[in-house]
Amino acid sequence: MSREMTGAQIVVQALKDQGVDTVFGYPGGAVLPIYDELFKQNDIRHILVRHEQGAAHAAEGYARSTGRPGVLLVTSGPGATNAVTGLTDALMDSIPIICLSGQVPTFLIGNDAFQEADTVGITRPCTKHNWLVKDTARLAGVIHQAFYVATHGRPGPVLIDIPKDVQFAMAPYVKPDKAPRLPYAPRVKGDPERIREAVELIENAQRPIIYSGGGVVNSGPEASRLLRELADETGFPVTSTLMGLGCYPASGKGWLGMLGMHGTFEANMAMHDCDVMICIGARFDDRITGRTDAFSPGSKKIHIDIDPSSINKNILVDVPIVGDVKNVLADMIALWRERGARTRADRVDNWWRQIKEWRSVQCLRYRNSDKIIKPQYALQRLQALTADRDRYVTTEVGQHQMWAAQFLGFEEPNRWMTSGGLGTMGYGVPASVGVQIAHPDALVINVAGEASFMMNMQEMSTAVQYRLPVKQFILNNERLGMVRQWQQLLHGERYSASWSEALPDFVKLAEAFGCKGIRCDDPADLDDAIREMLDHPGPVIFDCVVEKHENCFPMIPSGKAHNEMLLGDAATEGAIEAGGAVLV
Amino acid sequence: MNALRIKRGSSSHSAYNLRPALKEGEERRTLAVLVENEAGVLARVIGLFSGRGYNIESLTVAETDHVSHRSRITIVTTGTPAVIEQIKAQLARMVPVYDVHDLTTEGPAVEREMALVKVACTGEARVEALRLSQVFRANVVDTTLESFVFELTGAPEKIDAFVELMAPLGLVDVARTGVAAITRGPKGM
Repeated sequence: MSREMTGAQIVVQALKDQGVDTVFGYPGGAVLPIYDELFKQNDIRHILVRHEQGAAHAAEGYARSTGRPGVLLVTSGPGATNAVTGLTDALMDSIPIICLSGQVPTFLIGNDAFQEADTVGITRPCTKHNWLVKDTARLAGVIHQAFYVATHGRPGPVLIDIPKDVQFAMAPYVKPDKAPRLPYAPRVKGDPERIREAVELIENAQRPIIYSGGGVVNSGPEASRLLRELADETGFPVTSTLMGLGCYPASGKGWLGMLGMHGTFEANMAMHDCDVMICIGARFDDRITGRTDAFSPGSKKIHIDIDPSSINKNILVDVPIVGDVKNVLADMIALWRERGARTRADRVDNWWRQIKEWRSVQCLRYRNSDKIIKPQYALQRLQALTADRDRYVTTEVGQHQMWAAQFLGFEEPNRWMTSGGLGTMGYGVPASVGVQIAHPDALVINVAGEASFMMNMQEMSTAVQYRLPVKQFILNNERLGMVRQWQQLLHGERYSASWSEALPDFVKLAEAFGCKGIRCDDPADLDDAIREMLDHPGPVIFDCVVEKHENCFPMIPSGKAHNEMLLGDAATEGAIEAGGAVLV
Repeated sequence: MNALRIKRGSSSHSAYNLRPALKEGEERRTLAVLVENEAGVLARVIGLFSGRGYNIESLTVAETDHVSHRSRITIVTTGTPAVIEQIKAQLARMVPVYDVHDLTTEGPAVEREMALVKVACTGEARVEALRLSQVFRANVVDTTLESFVFELTGAPEKIDAFVELMAPLGLVDVARTGVAAITRGPKGM
């Protein structure tokens, strides 16, 4: 029997035993005992955010950039409800975060007590699992279980709601290896028979494509290494979802760029015309597939996913393989080599010739200007001036996010943190804080729009407090650019509520926060301004004033198929039919 | 209880709609879900169905193993085969779920529902109600001079039929348990 502790001590001890070094949080009445214990120790660093949503996104940034779970600590009621957006974001993007929330004492639950909310009820659909711990004796076991659930199988957010009296009461501590077992046992090894079928398809593929996703990042660096081996040894082309960027290097010879709604022409055309599709850790999301009944009509589809419910959810596949990407890829490559490492090389060469034709369209072309900064140009310069650095990029959500995905190249996984599934404006600033905490010496850039930036800009105060040199690279078009683009394409150019009026002076705003502000509106000054940002040792808010009505292309209009992309110079009038307008 | 005279499937307002007519391509399945009997587990399962827009025709739950605290949830649902597969996969990946069985496809299975039916009547109607209850092998579990409470077990359709017949005789109240189901033969789940 281990020694008795208070619930609050148990929380801190359990976090230490789980290897936690950082907690993002915000104190309040219902978590004071835990804050008291945090105060008495030095192993776990507490980062005081400025809003609980920021804590959740910071924990996500920490998790996504390290592969280790992120932890946040919030109080009851508003503390927990403010974290809901971040939890939902982590659920959609399969990010392992652990949210500890305070709750009113057990004897007040249900009384509409001050700062009471039904936190487990509210967060049930936006967590992978959650617990209300009413007995201190169960607390340690539940925390260990929570880490297990968050990080095993398809990762995701979990929440532990801890009433204040449970934090004060005494109980014996339980070590991680003694925690009660859960029914949860995800399958991690692929079915050998299915893997054999997949290898046969690979051997006979004439127009293959590898379509990889965030599951490769989640599976760990080994999965990215194996993906590269498979792609480079077979000579198959590779595309990736927004979430999977970096698993295959942007400089790799098989790289086609991102696919999907704002993916490259060559990637989408190759998806449409392929005969064998190897989907690795991606989920056929609607941003990827476009019109599902016209999605890659002639292909045999292999789908590797750790989550059985992802199989056949949106697209019927021929060879489903449930398992962890790294295990399945290892088995698949081993079997393929054992059978002689064969491909239809001559046919694949023809396929590459076709792809190169599509590539010659140069779908990311844009009309540059020497008078005004084009957002694409700004990102090209940012890429050019930072490519040799170990660089972590977060983004907000909107046009800038898609341009960043198109124009920044990623060579390694865990370097690109963005809100994919939920599309959360306000994600990037706190995520950059979380990333910089995990990688204090790295270059961390948040590519933002001015509207998204303002959704959680209070976290600049966190960055200044902890001396986090995050670079906020704002592509300022004084518009909600993606909303405006859709209004132009779909709603007769009626720009309803999609411009940013009364914007702050971002340079003065930076100064008010105690960091550096840079404004640039001339393409000729851009390189120097970016260098100034990079050379500054502290946090920077960079106000990059760009073209206001630039559209993000190429684009698969909603309700259209992969081979019906709009390119930059194409007429956009009537591009989306009435049926497509109801889609998001 | 005029509401019970509704035609099958004529009400689309209730989440627990009694036996709606199946839409084109849809199937009815009975699922048995073994779960850890922890707080909120039923809310989790129901939330999955409402959140993802799946149908629940009936749902019953009780702890079936008091030592290891396992409950068995029996769900009757409808959907296209693809939706049914999604439902099973979504249930199976939930943390407190041990096992999901599709009794309709793994079957054959026995499905039973229990109902308590209160009928208030006197004279000829009272005699007729009692006579019909014998036809349906219902038990009388409570009686006064002007009422009966019948206990009836059987397939949901049998209960429907009995309730229909009681309606003109003075039906007052119906309580139904929802379907419990188990596979035939010696093997367990």
